Amino acid sequence: MNKIYLIALLLLCPLFLHAQQPIEMADTMRSEGKIYVVVAILLVILIGLIGYLIMLDRKITRIEKKLSEKTD
Amino acid sequence: MKTWLKILAVALLIYTVIAGFLFYVPRLNIVNETIRALYFHVPMWFGMVVLFLLSTIHSIRYLKNPSFERDTYAVEYANTGLVLGLLGIFTGMIWANYTWGSPWHGDPKQNGAAIALLVYLAYFVLRGSVENEDQRARLSAVYNIFAFAAMIPLIFVIPRMTSSMHPGSGGNPGFNMYDLDSNMRLVFYPAVAGWILLGVWIASLRIRTRLLNEKLLNLENE
Repeated sequence: MNKIYLIALLLLCPLFLHAQQPIEMADTMRSEGKIYVVVAILLVILIGLIGYLIMLDRKITRIEKKLSEKTD
Repeated sequence: MKTWLKILAVALLIYTVIAGFLFYVPRLNIVNETIRALYFHVPMWFGMVVLFLLSTIHSIRYLKNPSFERDTYAVEYANTGLVLGLLGIFTGMIWANYTWGSPWHGDPKQNGAAIALLVYLAYFVLRGSVENEDQRARLSAVYNIFAFAAMIPLIFVIPRMTSSMHPGSGGNPGFNMYDLDSNMRLVFYPAVAGWILLGVWIASLRIRTRLLNEKLLNLENE
């Protein structure tokens, strides 16, 4: 009986080994704090583009007002 | 579009960028850190579907009661939706290159999405090929409803009937792609809402510009 358990354990060994292998993530980058550089750059681009969109929105509102004054 | 919705869109998107890169994600093989692309790639498709739905609703309303406004809404929602769809397909290709091995894998969902985009491109081809304005609006409204009806099975049904490498496809069609874990949902849902709102915002600006242009033309003709 013990033999069967032993064989089963041996067969399962690769599975355990596989599970123990660490999955690579950007841990070094995080520990060095460089991830904040990425976030900062993306925030600048996002906020910049949104600001541009807001200006476009206002511009259209102005033209709408101008045109409705003209038609009245 | 209401101002508070625009503010909400901005807040959600800023949150997405911060939380999307800094919050915890599960450690998975193959995708590794690229799992964070989910917060940006998938919302493109959600945004596209919502904008196409809005477009279809306005096409139906147009057929019930034709007006220039309704045609404009239909056209500009479809236009912005197409842009989001193209961004979705390009981001998907980049992601597929690193996780599946090549940019175009013939994955059923990928193919379905590409066909859906082509169906919508044909909508604009149709519009461009009809001279008469009323005819153009009516024909394209009918076609637009067909396009939406074709997109749903292409993206949501067929990929689930075969095996697809997209999560949530093949087998259980439930929301198992959001097995995510609650940590990812915390970022994913706000991201989807934020990108949808941004899409609607951009579409609303295009709609207003087109209406302005029409008003101006009417003034000149008087």
